[in-house]
Amino acid sequence: MERVPVLKIGDILLVSIQIDMEDQVALQLQEDLAERIVATGVHGVIIDISALDIVDSFVGRTLATIASVSRVLDAETVVVGMRPAVAITLVELGLSLPGIRTALNVELGIAMLGSREDDGEPEDDEPDPVVVTES
Amino acid sequence: MNDESQRLPVVTDQDVVRVRQLVRTVAVAVKLSLVDQTKLVTAASELARNTLVYGGGGEVEVTRVHNERRGGIRIVFADRGPGIADLDLALTDGYTTGGGLGLGLSGARRLVDEFDIDTEPGKGTTITIVKWCR
Ligand SMILES: Nc1ncnc2c1ncn2[C@@H]1O[C@H](COP(=O)(O)OP(=O)(O)OP(=O)(O)O)[C@@H](O)[C@H]1O
Ligand SMILES: [Mg+2]
Repeated sequence: MERVPVLKIGDILLVSIQIDMEDQVALQLQEDLAERIVATGVHGVIIDISALDIVDSFVGRTLATIASVSRVLDAETVVVGMRPAVAITLVELGLSLPGIRTALNVELGIAMLGSREDDGEPEDDEPDPVVVTES
Repeated sequence: MNDESQRLPVVTDQDVVRVRQLVRTVAVAVKLSLVDQTKLVTAASELARNTLVYGGGGEVEVTRVHNERRGGIRIVFADRGPGIADLDLALTDGYTTGGGLGLGLSGARRLVDEFDIDTEPGKGTTITIVKWCR
């Protein structure tokens, strides 16, 4: 079974879904992410779905579950890069993805996560080193 | 006048992915708009998964169809599972017996131009959908 890679970049886990996932692959991603959040202690997760040409109810539900589980584990999830045709279809399907934060692209997603920290506790001025590790 | 049909079994998760890919290919070939392709592939994904999960597996048939005015795609999802006892209930947004969102059937119906269900308790379920080019 294929697996969707999870990258750690600074205080963020980045997931870029590049394949048409069978249901088991989506469930595996949900588990992998929960484990990586706990193992790394990150506070943000970005899921890039710009390569997905559809999001059906199963993938939609998986994204919603990932967002809820992350929140319980003190990490915020932003889904980025949804294609316009996918957004139109999702709404007509009846899936409004409640509780999921979205941004147009990875850059804006990162900014969204960053702004959460700004209005929280004060941060040191040192920027976090950017470390990319493959899972 | 209709072209030849393509059939796929729906027995595993992977078969659902194959159904999506076949429907996409045919949707591009009949020149559905991008949004309509996306709607049709999404509807097919929902119905193929239902065939697998509730119907215990079955078969999907994809056919290019034409009438006097335009072309389109017809997709038939057939299983010999338990059937659907209360269709109105099953077609209600949010109704699920499987811990889903209950949006598959009702949502798929909204995403296509024609939607027909033939189901009999104990015999199985056949769902036919059609999407026409605009
Ligand atoms: N092919 C089928 N055979 C028997 N029962 C079915 C079939 N398709 C759907 N059903 C019944 O209809 C209900 C509603 O289906 P629907 O696809 O709308 O929701 P779901 O599959 O439960 O959740 P979702 O699709 O949102 O993940 C199902 O829970 C099931 O009880
Ligand atoms: Mg369903």
